[in-house]
Amino acid sequence: MNPGVRVKTFKIDGLDVAGREDQTVLDVATEHGIPIPTMCHLEGLTSVGACRLCLVEVVGRSRLLPACVTPVEEGMAVVTNSERLQNYRRMLLEMLFVEGNHICAVCVSNGHCELQGLAQTLGVTHVHFPYHYPDRPVDASHSRFVVDHDRCVMCTRCVRVCNEVEGAHTWDVMGNGANVRVVTDLNEAWGRSETCTGCGKCVHVCPTGALFEKGHSVAEMLKKRQFLPYLTAMRRRQ
Amino acid sequence: MKTVKSAAPSTDNRWRIVDAAMRRLGFQPHALIETLHVTQETFGFLDEDALRYIAATLGVPLSQVYGVATFYRAFTLKPKGAHHTCVVCTGTACHLKGLPEILAALEAELGLSPGGSTPDGKAALMTARCLASCGLAPAAVFDGKMVGNLTSATALKRIRQWVEHES
Ligand code: FES
Ligand code: FES
Repeated sequence: MNPGVRVKTFKIDGLDVAGREDQTVLDVATEHGIPIPTMCHLEGLTSVGACRLCLVEVVGRSRLLPACVTPVEEGMAVVTNSERLQNYRRMLLEMLFVEGNHICAVCVSNGHCELQGLAQTLGVTHVHFPYHYPDRPVDASHSRFVVDHDRCVMCTRCVRVCNEVEGAHTWDVMGNGANVRVVTDLNEAWGRSETCTGCGKCVHVCPTGALFEKGHSVAEMLKKRQFLPYLTAMRRRQ
Repeated sequence: MKTVKSAAPSTDNRWRIVDAAMRRLGFQPHALIETLHVTQETFGFLDEDALRYIAATLGVPLSQVYGVATFYRAFTLKPKGAHHTCVVCTGTACHLKGLPEILAALEAELGLSPGGSTPDGKAALMTARCLASCGLAPAAVFDGKMVGNLTSATALKRIRQWVEHES
């Protein structure tokens, strides 16, 4: 451990834990095997606190805090799994389901989807909100990849991996409110992008079937993520 | 000192206003929002050429420029599907020389108001703060071409030509 970095001691779900001051609540919880659901967070990318699934309670504070971007503090008492949090997390997932068009039965990622997996783990049995059925496009102009915006949950992992790891910054987020969408370059056909290197990192970090490789049918798209910790480690050595 | 590297999208003099804004801010990526504002005010909308030019000159990724340009309501992208654009100048000189009457005529005759399009969506009407052609007031730009001493009759005629031609 770097001697210049201070250590903070605090509690997670009653357990005494310690973390470096540059760690987040999520980091320390993960180290201690305490599960906190996450979606936009991905080890190796900057955390942005977009999805709010990792919300935790901190005793003495009325606001819920996203564990993935909350730095550890001396003496804090974190609660990761109260009834209230479970309700909020299910509600968030339900909102994601109604906001897009998630039809698992016909999806390339069926069975390997993080959204589907979270819904199962957190016990989303039915959806209490009306479905929006938004009109969202599919772009299959790239020779190897497809983006189906119906299945996008706006986690922005693709945007971050493209910018932070590949260095191309082909993806970004356009619009605001209910009209947000990930775009390539000037919202042009992906296949005509001048900046895309075709590396496929975005496809493999995508938690759902929004980004996938051509040539896969229902349930066949397996995402391979080992490149991310590998590249991070290799670059640190340079 | 950094100078403008990529060539302006056209010989339109208004690009000098955009260039001056970028130069004033040292061609830094953080000049993006200000540059978009100046471009919007000067041209009345942001089209693909403008976004590409600004991205290249400030060294900002295309998708980021697009993200910023679509996030803020202050910016108008060239409407999708609009084959023709008319940008009327709302500067002081143009206002005093009869712009309100022209706008009223477009509204009454074609149902066209600033920010809107003709019913078929083919022609869009937009406004710019000053087209830097005050001597020609009232001025408007029809599909990139500056037209001075505009009257309601000439404005109507030009837009009607587009609409009829397209149908
Ligand atoms: S994982 Fe923390 S906000 Fe998404
Ligand atoms: S006021 Fe119209 S061009 Fe300047």
